[in-house]
Amino acid sequence: MERTLKRGAAGASGRLINSNFAQAWLILVLALIFGAALAAVQVNLSGVIAANKLNETLERVPELVFGPEAAAKMTSQNASVDITPGTVTIKKDLKTSYYNLFRVTLESKLAGWVVKANGQGYADKIELIIGLNPSADTITGLFVLQQKETPGLGNKITFPRWRNQFIRKKTNTPLVVTKGKSQAPNAIDAVTGATISSRSVTGIVNRTIGDVKGRLTPATIRFDERQL
Amino acid sequence: MTDQPTPTERFIQGILPENPVFRQLLGLCPTLAVTNGLKPALTMAIAVGVVLLSANIIISLIRNLLKPHLRIVVFTLTIATFVTIVDRLLAAYMYQMSKTLGPYIPLIIVNCIIICRCEVCASRQNVLAASADAMGQAIGFGLALTSIAVIREILGTGMIAGIQIMPAAWPSWVIMVLPPGAFLTFGLLLALVNWIDSTRSNNEGREG
Repeated sequence: MERTLKRGAAGASGRLINSNFAQAWLILVLALIFGAALAAVQVNLSGVIAANKLNETLERVPELVFGPEAAAKMTSQNASVDITPGTVTIKKDLKTSYYNLFRVTLESKLAGWVVKANGQGYADKIELIIGLNPSADTITGLFVLQQKETPGLGNKITFPRWRNQFIRKKTNTPLVVTKGKSQAPNAIDAVTGATISSRSVTGIVNRTIGDVKGRLTPATIRFDERQL
Repeated sequence: MTDQPTPTERFIQGILPENPVFRQLLGLCPTLAVTNGLKPALTMAIAVGVVLLSANIIISLIRNLLKPHLRIVVFTLTIATFVTIVDRLLAAYMYQMSKTLGPYIPLIIVNCIIICRCEVCASRQNVLAASADAMGQAIGFGLALTSIAVIREILGTGMIAGIQIMPAAWPSWVIMVLPPGAFLTFGLLLALVNWIDSTRSNNEGREG
């Protein structure tokens, strides 16, 4: 009642007061302030977040090639380990796939390769980095960058105890997942209760090595020198 | 305004008498999802606490400008802003933890505890009461999360915050770190809180 009277009396200005804009001004002002605050946060932090993602991989690269103890010793002695990122393009059955990899050199001599690989796990995508020796005939390390496997079962693929069995495995025969202890040189013992996760990781390793082996030459890799 | 609780009352109420998880049964999504270890549970509790405090202060400051039918929009806008800031800060300075918590940090936006405190307290009382309320509720939420997380982590992995405390012979009950373990622990703790409460009120009844 009061409202209609006001509108009738004040005319144009009354319409403005009762308009949607007058109702929503607080939301608009808040949205502007909050938007500016978020933009400031993003500008300040996006670099740090991007660096975190890259560092997560780079930090692991030396230990995948030299082993954890040797890598820690090299860092403390300031050995000149150089890591050069690159990509290798694989054309197979009309499909083109890319692998990101890192060339690792120690005192300018090739020490090994670290290849990024991913594939489907039991729950979600599994992302791995695989360390290889210079001729790519032996695995020197394995690390799981990302996984969403079942906690308590499948996520044991990230434990050193499980993933370290890949170290020193030869790459000339594909690895096979076994249950229980097997003496075969290419056997990988499955995580109890997580055979699918174990097979996924082993499958990704086999496929990646099959794809990149023999292509780790300067001619086939496009190095990205500017990054480091 | 005279019938509103004082800041001290607001603070104490949030911790146990009106505990957001065990009494109001709010915010159960993170309670069940991130309590399989003490570290993620504590991080989640702190993140919720920071957002709750910031949102309560802002809402309390602008409470006289709020239009009743648009207030929920303002609450959500404010909460979403602070959640995004917390999410980015975690990604920048606690990268591994931010990966562990995954979608549950952005999901704080729809955490009923915060919207409920904005509605019940911050939009009606001054900044002091709203801050006290936020801190009380945040401590209450943190207590609930850590109590569930400690039980689940010890029984499920034999560890606490990643440090082995049970003897090596302890057969880790894997179910406790899986989703059913969250429901079991939460249900039993809820029963315990209710049982303590009912025996206490019975005793008081007899004395009175």
